[in-house]
Amino acid sequence: MNIIFGLLAALGRSTFAALASVGRVALFAADTLSHLLRPPFYGREFAHALVQIGWLSLPVVGLTALFTGGALALQIYAGGARFNAETVVPSIVAIGLTRELGPVLGGLMVAARVASSIAAEIGTMKVTEQIDALTTLSTNPMKYLTLPRVLAATLAVPLLVGVGDVIGIMGGFLVGVGRLDFNAATYMHNTLNFLEGWDVLSGMIKGSVFGFIVALMGCYYGINSERGAQGVGRATKAAVVTASVLILASNYILTEVFFSA
Amino acid sequence: MITLSNVYKSFGSNHVLRGVDLTIRQGTSMVVIGGSGTGKSILLKSVLGLVTPDSGTITLEDLDVTHGDRDAFLARFGMLFQGGALFDSLPVWQNVAFRLQRGRGKLPGTEAREIAIEKLRRVGLTPDVADKFPAELSGGMQKRVGLARAIAAEPEIIFFDEPTTGLDPIMSGVINDLIREIVVEMGVTAMTITHDMTSVRAIADNVAMLHDGVIKWTGPIADMDASGDPYLDQFIHGRATGPIEAVR
Repeated sequence: MNIIFGLLAALGRSTFAALASVGRVALFAADTLSHLLRPPFYGREFAHALVQIGWLSLPVVGLTALFTGGALALQIYAGGARFNAETVVPSIVAIGLTRELGPVLGGLMVAARVASSIAAEIGTMKVTEQIDALTTLSTNPMKYLTLPRVLAATLAVPLLVGVGDVIGIMGGFLVGVGRLDFNAATYMHNTLNFLEGWDVLSGMIKGSVFGFIVALMGCYYGINSERGAQGVGRATKAAVVTASVLILASNYILTEVFFSA
Repeated sequence: MITLSNVYKSFGSNHVLRGVDLTIRQGTSMVVIGGSGTGKSILLKSVLGLVTPDSGTITLEDLDVTHGDRDAFLARFGMLFQGGALFDSLPVWQNVAFRLQRGRGKLPGTEAREIAIEKLRRVGLTPDVADKFPAELSGGMQKRVGLARAIAAEPEIIFFDEPTTGLDPIMSGVINDLIREIVVEMGVTAMTITHDMTSVRAIADNVAMLHDGVIKWTGPIADMDASGDPYLDQFIHGRATGPIEAVR
């Protein structure tokens, strides 16, 4: 009986701890967003974050999209051949990339690159007292460090997803035309004919949500980093893992909202 | 005048401050000494509002530091952090001019840079350091840049957190002399926390000894050696035996 009570107590403690974490992250997000409406605004930090998060993530997101588009074309061709439906390759590649794989894989790549770097940077600032120094210099760390990064990621990731969609479709096109003997004009015609504006837009909205999650997790774990190299390491790992899980979970919810009948 | 009355602060079961009473008169240099982990940094951060005390009051000229305009309050302070706490992503001159380029009295970039270079000169650094990044500087130079940043906006009160930690004896002497010169020249109120007795003798007008979360002794530096307080005597003479338990 004691063992059962012990297990239940442990389960209860874990549940409360998880709920407390959710509450802390929600308060952190609300605090971040509240600074959107209150000056001063740090334009230079925002521009710097846009370059770091958006522009410098372009190669990794582009390469991911290119190879994913190519592999997707091969898979759909092989699967479609089982019931003589090889011609669906262009449309399925386009829909699959724009609705799901573009935003999700792009988001995960940005999480790996950006959440880790934000958490490590801010965590190091925390342990070297740079965040305390900001406060003593009358600068709110949430306003100076968190808001520019969260805003930049929320705006930049959907654009990355858009560019990734184009590159991914090009990957499918190259494989379709080069390896699977599709006619180039027919491939493009089928892609553009089947693709709807909402397919692209829904993916970009997902990208925006994923960007928000990535930067928020990076900042949250960075600012709450414990002392020492191990503390920063733990913060970095937690930021990437939590951002990745939240991306996949929110992707399911958004897909339900956008596409359930 | 800064006054701390009955200030308590705990972190879980670790009771760091257990009723601190301390007064720092305007225009004087107070040095708080005590062993590692006795809560000196927490005491200093409590005054700045970086740490919120569990109870007690801290006043600056009879006004509670937790009330009123926070930016205006912090604008009266300069702070030299233990490790410098320079912003890695900014060049030295922007570190020094950080406060000058923000807030109500924001200065244009060229003017802020000129002031930064003047402050760098004041702490013995040449203008060519201005465009370097903190990572390119030695520990002593980083401390000087931190000092230049602390005095850049000409504050009324300056806090120094372990200003000589990690420096060789000669550089420690240079930093101590600089601090003393700046405090006298600017007429500021200064609060330094350290366990370096050479710094204490170079910087202090008054000394306070923090131990077990309370101020064990406070008085003018001239009275320190003849205080008769066993805790202070053990600390200033660096004895392993005495009322302060030394963990071996």
